Amino acid sequence: MSNEATLHANVDVMVPHEIHHGEHHEIHHHHESFISKYVFSQDHKMIGKQFLITGMFWAVLGGLMSVLFRLQLGYPDSTFPWLEDLIGKWGKGGHISAEAYYALVTTHGTVLVFFVLTAGLSGTFANLLIPLQVGARDMASPFMNMLSYWFFFMASVVMLSSIFVETGPFSGGWTAYPPLSALGSASPGSKTGMDLWIIAMALFVVSSLLGGLNYIVTILNMRTKGMSMTRLPLTIWALFFTAVLGVLSFPVLLSGFILLIFDRNFGTSFYLSDIYVNGVGALPNEGGSAILFQHLFWFLGHPEVYIILLPAMGMVSEILATNARKPIFGYMAMVGSLFAIAILAFLVWAHHMFVTGLNPFLGSIFVLLTLLIAVPSAIKVFNWITTLWRGNIRFTPAMLFAIGFVSLFISGGLTGIWLGNSALDIHLHDTYFVIAHFHIVMGVASMFGMFAGIYHWFPKMYGKYLNNNLGYIHFWLTMIGAYLIFWPMHYEGLAGMPRRYYDYSAWESFKQFVELNRFISTVAMIVFAVQLLFLFNFFYSIFKGRKLTTQNPWGSNTLEWTTPINPGHGNWVGEIPEVYRWAYDYGKDGKDFIPQTTPVGADESTDH
Amino acid sequence: MTTTTATTPAKYWNGGKSPFNVEYGKLMMWYFLMSDAFTFGAFLISYGTTRFATTGWPNANEVFSSYPFKPEGSSPAPLIFVSIMTFILIISSVTMVLAVHAGHNMDKKGVVKYLILTILGGLAFLGCQAWEWTHLFHEGAWWGRNPFPNSDGTISTTNFTNFFFTITGFHGFHVFSGVVINVVMLIMALFNKFEQRGHYLMIEKAGLYWHFVDLVWVFVFTCFYLI
Ligand code: HEM
Ligand SMILES: [Cu+2]
Repeated sequence: MSNEATLHANVDVMVPHEIHHGEHHEIHHHHESFISKYVFSQDHKMIGKQFLITGMFWAVLGGLMSVLFRLQLGYPDSTFPWLEDLIGKWGKGGHISAEAYYALVTTHGTVLVFFVLTAGLSGTFANLLIPLQVGARDMASPFMNMLSYWFFFMASVVMLSSIFVETGPFSGGWTAYPPLSALGSASPGSKTGMDLWIIAMALFVVSSLLGGLNYIVTILNMRTKGMSMTRLPLTIWALFFTAVLGVLSFPVLLSGFILLIFDRNFGTSFYLSDIYVNGVGALPNEGGSAILFQHLFWFLGHPEVYIILLPAMGMVSEILATNARKPIFGYMAMVGSLFAIAILAFLVWAHHMFVTGLNPFLGSIFVLLTLLIAVPSAIKVFNWITTLWRGNIRFTPAMLFAIGFVSLFISGGLTGIWLGNSALDIHLHDTYFVIAHFHIVMGVASMFGMFAGIYHWFPKMYGKYLNNNLGYIHFWLTMIGAYLIFWPMHYEGLAGMPRRYYDYSAWESFKQFVELNRFISTVAMIVFAVQLLFLFNFFYSIFKGRKLTTQNPWGSNTLEWTTPINPGHGNWVGEIPEVYRWAYDYGKDGKDFIPQTTPVGADESTDH
Repeated sequence: MTTTTATTPAKYWNGGKSPFNVEYGKLMMWYFLMSDAFTFGAFLISYGTTRFATTGWPNANEVFSSYPFKPEGSSPAPLIFVSIMTFILIISSVTMVLAVHAGHNMDKKGVVKYLILTILGGLAFLGCQAWEWTHLFHEGAWWGRNPFPNSDGTISTTNFTNFFFTITGFHGFHVFSGVVINVVMLIMALFNKFEQRGHYLMIEKAGLYWHFVDLVWVFVFTCFYLI
């Protein structure tokens, strides 16, 4: 690069064009139309809210689906006439049909994993927090950021439409294994429903790529002066690794989908071989392997579970330190363990495939790599607990959810160690033990991280507080409920109860769980209702919540709390603040907290 | 790291500037290319595993042994045509380098000239590919149809053609996108967009993409024609 070009490039780097734009806005009380402010917004804060609200929509719908299929599992012999009114032929005679049951389970899994806990979580908090916490006016490319949301929106529309087609949505499980996903004749859901499922997921991959690239370069390139990488709040580190995981693993899923599309529509045999299908006969295909899809899927699938978990980990670290009024314990160890997790996430995918006929020797290598993840995970857990240790804890709802996250992560992580042993997995694979494991460690834990984030940053998003009492009720009922729902599933799984069955009453060995299943279903419905309480709190508080009177309600060190209560596009009025220290100077030198923007005093010792 | 950078004058990682001294778009392009490399990697590894799990495979030297206007009955010309295609694509990478270089020197004429050559190279490659696909199609090959026997004479599965058309098609789609990008660059250069900006950085990004697509072809070429 010539000198001039370098110079110009640097001008671009240091003074992103939004600066002028942003200040201009602040001063002249800009006139934004409804469309450019709320719909095709290029303001990262608004895009974050769009992701959040869309995610919440899917969470309600996905949650409602789980209530419906739990109804079947808990009360297989009862009839509910209102079901027929609600879902028509899928609930004929007040009974959920087998096809509908599988469609519900599949759609529940897909939307919760991808639309709620990936887009709803990373999309919301990466957008909201990255520019605010690194000290930037906006994302590197606000336009691509907007596209990222609208691709997600289109994915949502397509996925939603699949619920309404004649043959129903895809019903072969969120992992979309062939042959169910590759053969239209395999089941009703494998027809149009699966086409729409693939289209929706392909759009989703594009959205995640556009978002992820933006997050990465914003963090690397647009940090404000003094914000060295080792002064970044842990939220940002976590979101950074999340984005890298997404950018490198989703394309592999996309390849897998492309091959799947050819198998479905163009007579290829990538995943199909001469198998016999009931009602169809032997297939003409030759030479393909369904296992190939599993490899491609889980090469994304495992990193995906960390894409879901890491943002929660980052926010929890931040919230624990802030509300314990103590520095995070072992900052560099936290960063290092995030890094280790991100690397290992790419090297363990075959632990989902121990019983596919995988070579046992290869399996043992994957056992080793899988169990290695326990090391960085344990480091994080110890550091969180040590951060809490002798802290001056403020039990805000956000803090409770963050502590709940740690508890859930421990419970679910420990069962991961069981599953990671290929010999034990022969017994446990595809049972309710796996369901319990991943719901606790990923589903509920990340949900808790998300709730913690919402309670903590709601004041930044809307300039209002959420109602605390509703928050406490929400926390305790959800916490207790989640354990009551998922803990017993371990016992069912150990007893060999398989997952993905429509009706267990035909098996003598599972009769013992009739009561337990009913209990789980009942609690699930209560917990779902409690989430509606949260929704009420959320929307009520946006309009009628207690107003913020101070810029920095939690006494936090990070940069987002130096912006005005309702920051405009561009975030800071005037100059972007400079950073002089790390984000965790809590309880130092007799001071409750020292924001990152405070210069280091003459007699102060610095470690960061 | 903090201690070393704190003492050196260039504090690359301390915020307020890009640690790699590049603008965000170029950094984004690098990450995008990594991502795309994983897409192609997944395809080629799928191809490799399927091929090695299959007992026989057609011989590339026999399948790819024709060229346009080949005289009837003349002896087969294994891999001649694809070598020419590959050569064209590699030359187009060279002209792209020259275009980027001309951009550094703010030499609009040079940029325009070499971009046009690069675009022609890309179009020539696509044309060759179109001919090859048509030729194979007329021999009875397509997705789900494979007329070529294994090299030992036994009947082959269709996965030879399945993978061939999917992966070279996906690559061809990338070349096509690259040509479109280059055409946009050319138009912008002709309308003095880069002169007004004072730099030709965008050409560099297009160049990165173009070189990547060429590099991928080397792997695709190796996997389908040589091995
Ligand atoms: C020490 C850490 C962990 C280990 C050793 C571990 C191990 C495993 C293993 C071996 C399986 C496959 C079980 C089977 O299908 O038979 C599994 C399933 C799963 N794990 Fe973990 N895990 C760990 C942590 C996590 C975390 C942190 C998450 C998410 C954030 C997670 C999410 C999942 C999911 C979603 C599945 C099931 C996917 C499915 O089959 O539908 N795991 N885990
Ligand atoms: Cu896994």
